[in-house]
Amino acid sequence: MTLATFPASEPKPSWTRYFSFNTDAKVIGIQYIVLAFFFFLIGGLLAMIIRGELITPEADLVDRTVYNGIYTMHGTVMLFLFIFPVLNGLNNLLIPTMIGAPDMAFPRLNAVAFWLVPIFGVLLMSSFFVPGGPAYSGWWSYPPVSIQNPLGHLISGQGLWLTAVALSGVSSIMGAVNFVTTIIRMRAPGMGWFRMPVFCWTALAAQSLQLIGLPSLTGGAIMLLMDLVAGTTFYDPAGGGDPVLYQHFFWFYSHPAVYVIILPVFGIFSELFPVYARKPLFGYVYVALASFIIVGLGLIVWVHHMFPSGVAEWMRNLFMFTTMLIAVPTGVKVFAWLGTLWRGKLRLTTPMLFCLGGLFNFVFAGITGIMLATVPIDLHVSNTYFVVGHFHYVIYGAAVMGIFAGIYHWFPKFIGRMPYEGLGKLHFLLTFVGANLNFLPMHPLGLMGMPRRVSSYDPEFAFWNVLASLGAFLLGVSIIPFLLNMVSSWVRGPKATHNPWNAIGLEWLLPSPPAEDNFGEHVPVVISRPYGYGLGKPLVEHQAEIEQALALAEQQEAAR
Amino acid sequence: MTTAYPAPNAEPQHVEGHEKHNLTGFIIFLCSESVIFLAFFSGYALLKTSALDWLPPGVEGLEWQMPLINSVVLVSSSGTIYLAERAMAKGNIWGFRAFWLLTMALGSYFLYGQAVEWSGLQFGFTSGTFGGTFYLLTGFHGLHVATGVGLMTLMLIKSFIPGNYNGGEQGVQATSLFWHFVDVIWIILFVLIYVWQRS
Repeated sequence: MTLATFPASEPKPSWTRYFSFNTDAKVIGIQYIVLAFFFFLIGGLLAMIIRGELITPEADLVDRTVYNGIYTMHGTVMLFLFIFPVLNGLNNLLIPTMIGAPDMAFPRLNAVAFWLVPIFGVLLMSSFFVPGGPAYSGWWSYPPVSIQNPLGHLISGQGLWLTAVALSGVSSIMGAVNFVTTIIRMRAPGMGWFRMPVFCWTALAAQSLQLIGLPSLTGGAIMLLMDLVAGTTFYDPAGGGDPVLYQHFFWFYSHPAVYVIILPVFGIFSELFPVYARKPLFGYVYVALASFIIVGLGLIVWVHHMFPSGVAEWMRNLFMFTTMLIAVPTGVKVFAWLGTLWRGKLRLTTPMLFCLGGLFNFVFAGITGIMLATVPIDLHVSNTYFVVGHFHYVIYGAAVMGIFAGIYHWFPKFIGRMPYEGLGKLHFLLTFVGANLNFLPMHPLGLMGMPRRVSSYDPEFAFWNVLASLGAFLLGVSIIPFLLNMVSSWVRGPKATHNPWNAIGLEWLLPSPPAEDNFGEHVPVVISRPYGYGLGKPLVEHQAEIEQALALAEQQEAAR
Repeated sequence: MTTAYPAPNAEPQHVEGHEKHNLTGFIIFLCSESVIFLAFFSGYALLKTSALDWLPPGVEGLEWQMPLINSVVLVSSSGTIYLAERAMAKGNIWGFRAFWLLTMALGSYFLYGQAVEWSGLQFGFTSGTFGGTFYLLTGFHGLHVATGVGLMTLMLIKSFIPGNYNGGEQGVQATSLFWHFVDVIWIILFVLIYVWQRS
């Protein structure tokens, strides 16, 4: 056994690389995440305005048409400028390091995909300043509202919205082609499919969904744009068109988009529970495969968003059935996580708390999801606050909390410093309480019949709305300890070792932060399944030597 | 900082490198691209079957003779591009260039035929869903044909850079795949628009 020593003493890379066209996946990953949180603040501010308006029954804070623009932009910003970019950031950081690749398959394409995000972000934000204000037809942009251009300007909020969403689609497809190619072709020697970490499985599943689903929205959006600017009548009944056709195009993508969001979060749960329970992932193969069953089923459930849109009876029944079926693979995962936690030695670190909170919220959202899949219930609560509560539990309660878990967990690896536990736990507490206080009251409101997208309401809804608004403001406050934590620990947090959580995985066999080309030419050979906690089996050949070398380098660094 | 790693016993394992990534990525992209056409085709079928008056007033239907000639041209170009690729595989670079150029000519003729057909039509993009879907489908497909001809031009130019195509060329394979893809889409489009006239 020879030890090759690498003079890795490259000059410390300059911080300006984060503002340049850099092709290193780790730089791009951090660019994605930081930019996403910038837009998260904007989307969050819009949410504060919405909840501020709704704290009283009267429409007193903003004008009604402004309110329409605000909730439309809130949804659009949170989906296309926060959650997709932040997940792509995690993909960029984790996929190459987890599979032992030096970079993505197409580094330049990767950088182009990233730089499209600020471009369409600015484009979308600029719609606040055009005559008529931003798009106001809701984030789903249904015709006929979305194909009206009352002011007649060529540049309208709706037109800018469509252009931004189209660019977002281009960026997502570039990303998806890259991620899928990288996972298929660049895995470390010995890493067969069933030795691949679950995060990579879920990323592969989610990105496949992007590739299959997104073109449908692109096609639908092209036709919408033509209706808006060129005078065609694809969705206009007056010219023989059909507005429901757009709903099919839209939901054929936008339902799977929920899985694009939640699948990587399932991946984060599957990575983190074993680390903090010190046990192998229960049913690894089934958890991995369930991702692809979710892909298959996720593509054939979209009509459940359209039960009240005048679709045929047989379609309603069929899609109710397929929607309920999706609870099966999802249940497989939930029970696998419970099996992992069962009798484990739980370490309640910040990432673990976020995982547990996220799982709790996800199960709740799953139950209301099954309720919504039932046609007779859906017909009554569709377009009420019940739906709003349901999807906020999925997106914020489960997905965003899972993303926070991932950020706290992998922060030491990619930044090289430890985040502060105290601030992290405060962040968790505020988020968990805030999210439940915000979104739980929406369910009784919906059942009482309060419609979504209104700025004034009957005074009988006031009690629950006040609670929800208080929860929202708490969520607004919760971001302060997070930002404080990220900035201060990045600047002067304690130095992280290569494996501060005692986790198993290729990324933890790299120094923190890793070199630009990760393992370079010296990719370890994988010899066992991931998550071998407590089994005493090494993950790769020469694992002990690699860890010794890393520890030695850390000691030398500390001594200096 | 110095980091020490155990040296690998054998040669570096990333020898395979980037050679095949481009083609893999391109195939994945094509699969995704086909869904846009799927969306347009299903939208067309749905609008057509549910329409009360499919044809706008004064329009009898579509002439199919010229599009049929166009179809023959495009389908045979799939054959010539195959021959070009085979010539390349045998190392016959001039054979490749000849068949490649022939394919480009056939593709350009198709575009010309399409333009002639468009200019002779009695209806426009805004003539109901009939006109809208017709121009959307043929236009979007035409855009792909034009892209294909553009890609072929690029590959032809690259073939004159010495030593470029010695080990086979993924760009040529990808362009050829794209061309077959455009061809198959056209056949479906032809059946949907020109053959299926009665609603």
